[in-house]
Amino acid sequence: MTELLQADHLTRHFKIGGTLSRRTLHAVDDVSFSIGEREIVALAGESGSGKSTVARLLARVYRPTSGTISFSGQPLSKIRSRRDALRYSAQVPMVFQDPFSSLHPVFRVSHGVLRTLKLHRPDLSAPDRQAEAERVFNVVGLGADMLQRYPHELSGGQRQRVGFAQALATRPRLILADEPVSMLDVSIRIGLLNLMTRLRDEEGVSILYITHDIASARYVADRLIVMYAGQIAEAGPINDLLASPRHPYTQLLLSAVPDPKAPPPSREALAAASGERGEPPKVVDPAPGCRFRPRCPISIDKCATVTPELKVLTTDDAAAHREAACHVAQAGAEVAAFS
Amino acid sequence: MLEVSGLTVEYAANRPVRAVDNVSFSVASGEFLGIVGESGCGKSTLLFGIAQLLSPPAEITAGSVTFDGTNLVTMTQRQLSAIRWRDLSVVMQSAMNALNPVKSIGAQFADVLRAHGRPSRKEIADRSAEVLRLVSIDPVHLHSYPHQLSGGMRQRAMIAMALLFTPDLVIMDEPTSALDVVAQRSLMTQIKDLQAKLGFAIIFVTHDMSLVSHFSDRLMVMYAGQIAEIGDTRQVFGTPLHPYSRGLLDAFPGIRGPRVALTGIPGAPPDLSVTHAGCRFEPRCARRMPECQTTAPDLVNRDGSDVRCLLYTAPATDPDAGTDASATTSTDATTSTNAGTAQ
Repeated sequence: MTELLQADHLTRHFKIGGTLSRRTLHAVDDVSFSIGEREIVALAGESGSGKSTVARLLARVYRPTSGTISFSGQPLSKIRSRRDALRYSAQVPMVFQDPFSSLHPVFRVSHGVLRTLKLHRPDLSAPDRQAEAERVFNVVGLGADMLQRYPHELSGGQRQRVGFAQALATRPRLILADEPVSMLDVSIRIGLLNLMTRLRDEEGVSILYITHDIASARYVADRLIVMYAGQIAEAGPINDLLASPRHPYTQLLLSAVPDPKAPPPSREALAAASGERGEPPKVVDPAPGCRFRPRCPISIDKCATVTPELKVLTTDDAAAHREAACHVAQAGAEVAAFS
Repeated sequence: MLEVSGLTVEYAANRPVRAVDNVSFSVASGEFLGIVGESGCGKSTLLFGIAQLLSPPAEITAGSVTFDGTNLVTMTQRQLSAIRWRDLSVVMQSAMNALNPVKSIGAQFADVLRAHGRPSRKEIADRSAEVLRLVSIDPVHLHSYPHQLSGGMRQRAMIAMALLFTPDLVIMDEPTSALDVVAQRSLMTQIKDLQAKLGFAIIFVTHDMSLVSHFSDRLMVMYAGQIAEIGDTRQVFGTPLHPYSRGLLDAFPGIRGPRVALTGIPGAPPDLSVTHAGCRFEPRCARRMPECQTTAPDLVNRDGSDVRCLLYTAPATDPDAGTDASATTSTDATTSTNAGTAQ
């Protein structure tokens, strides 16, 4: 699989506090990953883990503090002209979380799509733009008559489809979808998730799917990246990773997902779980060492002093390409922190 | 302990919207009742109706809410104030908005305590520290402001506040929806522990069916302002009777087992400002029958659960009629009559 986007040692820090403050928030710290062609990569993690900052770095909303992003082999730092910037944002559009605030309420929904087309594809004539808008609306499962509606006339699911239609209008190669379904009802989420897989299979688009819902990630994604406190905890093919998570945080995350089909957990299991307070880690001026250590039941001495790097694990299946940032897992030991 | 009977709430407009339509159920003391459904199906309106927190244009047009023997609907504001928080408390959806940002947690606790008596400073401090400890927050946070707490802590502080007077009933409106899964489970476990310790009843509203699956005793599925199904939680999850319950349950991708394609529930909830002749779920239902368009189903008891669906109103009690979904979609009318004669 050829790499479409490659991020190397991506870091973004924010200064916090007043002008005299020297405190720095490490939102994203030394993160490296890649996204292939026609691939849905899920980026999961709790709130505050740096998922959205990664998306904004990729969308060029933020400049990285250090590290590089390359798209189709070209580093983003080479983008100088407005033309190059436009071309990039056309190829890598974003779909936002809240379909209720991301559409302009006083314009018909055709407005956003047509303006996108006018800006990014100036070669199209007005009738061509209309035809293209109808095409992308059909692709996302909205009829062409929906173009004339106002946002308030549409349901949440339909609005989010409009968001995807706008992204598609620029003929993208990678869509950055930041929690695209978390504001929607459970019953309509599936429709959007199915749309994402269809865009990958039929339109050949790659998608970075940012979510905190592991089950929906498993439903659509090919690969999973789990972030914790601004760093990647674990990455790998999603089925393989979820079948045998190697990082203690991934295990904790999985154990917390309620499974309505499973029998209820025993009282002892619940009592053990209630010991886990689920407090987010401190990412302001973090000390060296593993950031998951305060919550980790299997930490070793090394975890307190040396920050674990994301390394390829030796697994039974060499093709699986599993990575984890955990000293215990890297030493080849069996990790069973949370079950 | 709580008896809701025929509760109907309407939003006044040119065409009144009946958001809660003739809902009756009861909650025993110490019970955990989960209420699930899509947004816009009347869950929150129902809660507000029970707690008498509705404000115009919403209005209770029929029914009663009997709590510990008294009807809340006919009570005056003054009588309600005496009960609220002492016997019945509410935990709102977003702790971020429900806590006062410019007052410390302790000051907000003190406000509540002073509203129901004349406690001394020491009594206030003791009780506040006690309830914070109940939810595993260090009492030093009484001096903290809401923004200094994490989302999970704020939500727990809200629950602590609801427990200041050890009420008999705590009503929770999606208290965990702003949290991630790890914090969510930890909060649910804590709520359950507190309930076991203090013995209050809980009405817990959520749109995430999987969340309550392991915690609630009984589950109520709402659709379009009505009860679609109500029964023992394990039974509703094990054998959902109403096609809507099944649809909700099937909309969840699992994290174990094979990956299967899901469809969700097509369509959207109906417009409640128009009257429906037949079943309100009929346009979206995978198992609709011709008479669903014309006959509005009543709640019927089936295997201990109450379900509002014509599949179960036929005289038949043939167990196959409930499980054999694919075969009955087109020929349901005939199957149910056949089943009747088979009896």
